[in-house]
Amino acid sequence: MIKNTPKVKLRGLFKIFGADDKSVLPHVQNGMGKEELLEKHKHVLGLQSIDVDMQAGEITVVMGLSGSGKSTLIRHLNRLIEPTAGEIVVDGEDVTQLSQADLRTLRQEKMSMVFQKFALLPHRTVQQNAAMSLDVRGMDKETQDTEARKWLERVGLGGYEDHYPSQLSGGMQQRVGIARALTANTDIMLMDEAFSALDPLIRTDMQDLLLELQLELKKTIIFITHDLDEALKLADHLVILKDGAVVQQGEPQGILLNPADPYIEDFVSDINRARVLRIRSITNPLKSKKFAGDVEADDNLESLIALSEGDTALTYRVMSDGEPIGELNMRDLVKALVPRISSTQAA
Amino acid sequence: MATYDWGFNALGLRDWCDAGTSEAPMSMADLLAETGNAVEEPFYAIPFPSLDALNEACGKITQTRDVVKGLEEGFLAIRPALRTILDPITQPLSWMLDGTLYLFTQAPWFLIVAMLLLVTWYATRSVSVMLFNAFCLSFFAFVDHFEPAMETLAVILVCTVISAIFGIPIGIAMSKSNRLQRMVIPVLDLLQTLPTFVYLIPLIFLFPIGESRLYGIAITLYAIVPIIRLTDLGIRLVDQDVIEAGNAFGMNARQKLSKVELPLALPNIMAGLNQTIMMSLAMVVIASMVTAPGLGVLVLRGIRNLELGVGLMAGICIVLLAVMLDRTSKAALSRIDRAKSKTS
Repeated sequence: MIKNTPKVKLRGLFKIFGADDKSVLPHVQNGMGKEELLEKHKHVLGLQSIDVDMQAGEITVVMGLSGSGKSTLIRHLNRLIEPTAGEIVVDGEDVTQLSQADLRTLRQEKMSMVFQKFALLPHRTVQQNAAMSLDVRGMDKETQDTEARKWLERVGLGGYEDHYPSQLSGGMQQRVGIARALTANTDIMLMDEAFSALDPLIRTDMQDLLLELQLELKKTIIFITHDLDEALKLADHLVILKDGAVVQQGEPQGILLNPADPYIEDFVSDINRARVLRIRSITNPLKSKKFAGDVEADDNLESLIALSEGDTALTYRVMSDGEPIGELNMRDLVKALVPRISSTQAA
Repeated sequence: MATYDWGFNALGLRDWCDAGTSEAPMSMADLLAETGNAVEEPFYAIPFPSLDALNEACGKITQTRDVVKGLEEGFLAIRPALRTILDPITQPLSWMLDGTLYLFTQAPWFLIVAMLLLVTWYATRSVSVMLFNAFCLSFFAFVDHFEPAMETLAVILVCTVISAIFGIPIGIAMSKSNRLQRMVIPVLDLLQTLPTFVYLIPLIFLFPIGESRLYGIAITLYAIVPIIRLTDLGIRLVDQDVIEAGNAFGMNARQKLSKVELPLALPNIMAGLNQTIMMSLAMVVIASMVTAPGLGVLVLRGIRNLELGVGLMAGICIVLLAVMLDRTSKAALSRIDRAKSKTS
C-alpha cells in the first residue's frame, strides 16, 4: 500500500484555551507544563505539539483518558475548535487557512462526524436525520430520500425511516448517526466516542458493524475512545494522548508489546492479551522442521491456546495467505501474555 | 420667618434671595406669622428641606408645582417632534386594529364562530377544547355580550400578532448577542414592573384620544415582554450537542436557526406566546380607560356607575374568554410538546 501522502496530516498543532492564547504560546513551546501554565497565566493547555499522519482508508484511533485532549483534537480536524498554532492538512490543503464559506464546504463534502450523544434532530424522522447533510447542501428531495434509505438499510435500520429518534434505543440512535455520516458520502469520518454511551454488548455489535462497513467502504476514519479494548479492536494506527501530548503512536500490536513509558504500561496491563494479540505479532523466523500444525497469522492467541489444549511443548507454523511466514513456540506465547516480561524481552 | 432662613443667612445668600421677591404674593404661613398668632412649633415638626420649604426661606428657590409644570411643558415641547416620528410608524397599527375590529363586529356571528372554531381545531386538534370554545362563544351570544367579547378578542389578536412579529426577532437577536441581552433585559424588567396605568399617561399626550393605536401600543408594550424573554431563553437552552452537529455538517447561520434552533426552541416560544395572550387580555381591560373597546368598557361602567350586575356579567365573560384563550394556546403548546417528546 502506498502511504506517501497521508490523507490528514497534523503538524505542530497547539491549542491553549483562554482569552489571550497566542501570547502564552511561546511559554508552552519552551516547555511549560499544564499546571504551571494554569497557575501563572490562567490559561488551560489543550493540545501541545501534535504531529500525526492519518492514512487514507485506515482507522486511526486516538485514545486517552478524559481530559487528555482527544475530543479537542478531533474537533480541530473540521475546525469546530480553532487551533492556537500549527497546520491541519487535509488532502494537501491547510484547513486553518480556509475562509468560513470554504470551511462549510469542507464540512459538507469532505468530513462527516458521529457524536457520543448522537446529536440527532429530535423533531425530524430517522430518514430526515439521515438525509441532513444532503438537505444542508440543498439537494433535491428525491436524492435525499433514496440516499438516506440506502444507508439506513445498510446499517440495519430498514423499516424505521418514519420513526422519531426518541422511539429508538441508544444503539439504534447511533446507527442513525452513522447512517447520517455515511449519507454525507465523505472520504473522512470523524467519530467522537461514538460507542462510549452504549452498553457493552451493543458496543461490540456496533464495532463489528463499523469494521464490516470499513472493509467495503475504505473510509478514512478518525475514531476517539477512552476504551483500550475498543481501540485495539478497531485501530490500524493507534495514537495515545496524555495531557494534550502524544505519548506513543504506531501499530497497536507494537504498542501493546513495546509500551513507551510507564503510563502506557499501566494502560495496557489490564488488557486480555490473549484475545488482543495476534499470532503475527509474536512470530519468530522459521527454524524448526517439525510442527504440531498450521495457524493463521491474523488469529489471536486465544484461538491458538484452545488449539494446543494448553500444551506448551508444541511449535506451530504460521501461515499468511497460504504461505508460511514463521513459527511460534507455545512458550513464547505464554511469555507474551505477561505484560512486563514481554515488553523487556521484545525491547 | 421660615424654618430654613438660618441656612441661607449663614451662606450669605440673604440679599440674593430677597432681591426682587418682595412683591411676591405672601404665603399662608407668612400671613399667619404677620397676624402674630404664630405658635412656637415643637422641634419634631421641622419640615423636610423640600423645594416648597426652601422656597419659604428663599424666594429664588423654585416651588415643586413649578417643577411639575416644567415637566409638563418639556413634554409638550418635544411632543411635535416625537409625533412626526411616531405618527407614520404607528399608523399601520391603527389600521390593523380598526380593520380587525370591523371584521369581528360586522361579519355575521355564525361566520365568526365557524372561523374561530376552525382556527381552534387547526391549532389544537382537540375535540374537548373545541367543544369548550363553542360553549363559551354561545354563552357570550346568549347573554348578548357577543359583540364586546369579539371586540376584546380582536384587540388581543392584533396585539399578540404584533408582539410576535417584533418579539420573536428581538428574542433571537438577544440569544445571539450577550451585549444586546444585557441592554434589553433592564428594559423588559422596566416594562414588566411599571404599573399598567403609567403606560397610559405619556401615550395620552402622544396620540389623540379615540385613535385605536393609543391602546394598541399600551397593550403591546405590556404583552411583548414574555415572548421576547422566552424566545431568548428557548434558543439559549437548545442542546449544544445538536448545534455542534449542525456546525459539523456545514450548516450556515440561517440553516442552523431555521433547522435546529427555532424548532427546538418552539415549545418555549409557544409558552411565551401563551403568556403574551394572557397579558394582552389583562391590559385590554385596563386600556378601556383610554377608549379600548370591548368587555373592559362594561367593567368600567360597572365601577363608575356602581352598576354591579353589568360589571359582574362582563367579569364572567372576561374569565370565560381568559380560560378559552389559555386552554387553546396551552393545547396548541402541548401538541407541539407531544410532537417533540415523541422525539426527544
